[in-house]
Amino acid sequence: MRHHLVLRVVTKMLIPPILLFALYVQFHGDFGPGGGFQAGVIFAAGFILYSLVFGLETARRTVPIGVLRFLIAFGFLLYALVGVAGLILGGNYLDYSVLASTPTAGQHLGVLVIELGVGITVAAVMVAIFFSFAGRSPKIRDEDW
Amino acid sequence: MTFLALTAFYVIKLRHLFAVVMLSGVFSLLSAALLVQLDAVDVAFTEAAVGAGISTVLMLGTMTLTARREKIPNGTAILPLLVVIITGAALVYGTLDMPDFGDASAPSHGHVVPEYIEGTRDIFKIPNVVTAILASYRGFDTLGEVGVVFTAGIGVLVLLTSGSTSRGRRKGKGTKPQSDEKGGEGEGA
Repeated sequence: MRHHLVLRVVTKMLIPPILLFALYVQFHGDFGPGGGFQAGVIFAAGFILYSLVFGLETARRTVPIGVLRFLIAFGFLLYALVGVAGLILGGNYLDYSVLASTPTAGQHLGVLVIELGVGITVAAVMVAIFFSFAGRSPKIRDEDW
Repeated sequence: MTFLALTAFYVIKLRHLFAVVMLSGVFSLLSAALLVQLDAVDVAFTEAAVGAGISTVLMLGTMTLTARREKIPNGTAILPLLVVIITGAALVYGTLDMPDFGDASAPSHGHVVPEYIEGTRDIFKIPNVVTAILASYRGFDTLGEVGVVFTAGIGVLVLLTSGSTSRGRRKGKGTKPQSDEKGGEGEGA
């Protein structure tokens, strides 16, 4: 799709707001609709748009598959370790009240961190699945559609 | 609702798979609008992002690997139609016993929900009850969901990446060798 000038310019303008919106959804999930799952998918959508317009190889150089593998596991572990941190500090597993000085602050912190873990895993999995599927596709020309 | 039914009808009727994929995206977007009408913005958000966005892209990606047109089925499908009609009728009959939409005395609003709402107001002090329930009250559920996503991702990577790396390497040798790519693949293999 290298010759689609309009698409490329519009995509360049759109990707930063998409990523910013994903971060907003991620960290504003306590106060408005949204959370880790939605934010992760939106973040991944930004990368997928990038690789659709600028080519899969460029996108793969931006986010190598090794980094994706690491992030997939990292998000999940972050979530699970927050639970373990609660255990160590004397609460139940996944009880966030003991994470900070007051239960309210602890719950805020816990929810924020586990949502971050969810977001990282979901975004990485979505991009990885897209790369795996798109990596198998034969080269298609625009006329094929 | 009418639009939903119309879209579903055309998804069944059309044979051109590109149009079908696009229409299923439209279907997801319409469902998201319906969920907003029902004040379920969190679910609508997910439906719009996952259903209309990611799955459409993945379906298109899959379609490039296969044919563009559906095969014409031979023979009619009386028995499946009958099963679908009976199941649908049973589901509609079941909804007749459900409490009215927004009924405060509905059983689902009486069990643990008051505790959740009070807890969110007094302990969490955040406006979005959905986030509090999802992340804290039902933290184990959400951990399990992330586990499902994790497993799905690992499964796809294991099943699909091994084939595509070997092909990518052959392609890379044929056209232009890129040093960083080769290094990454070497580590992966």
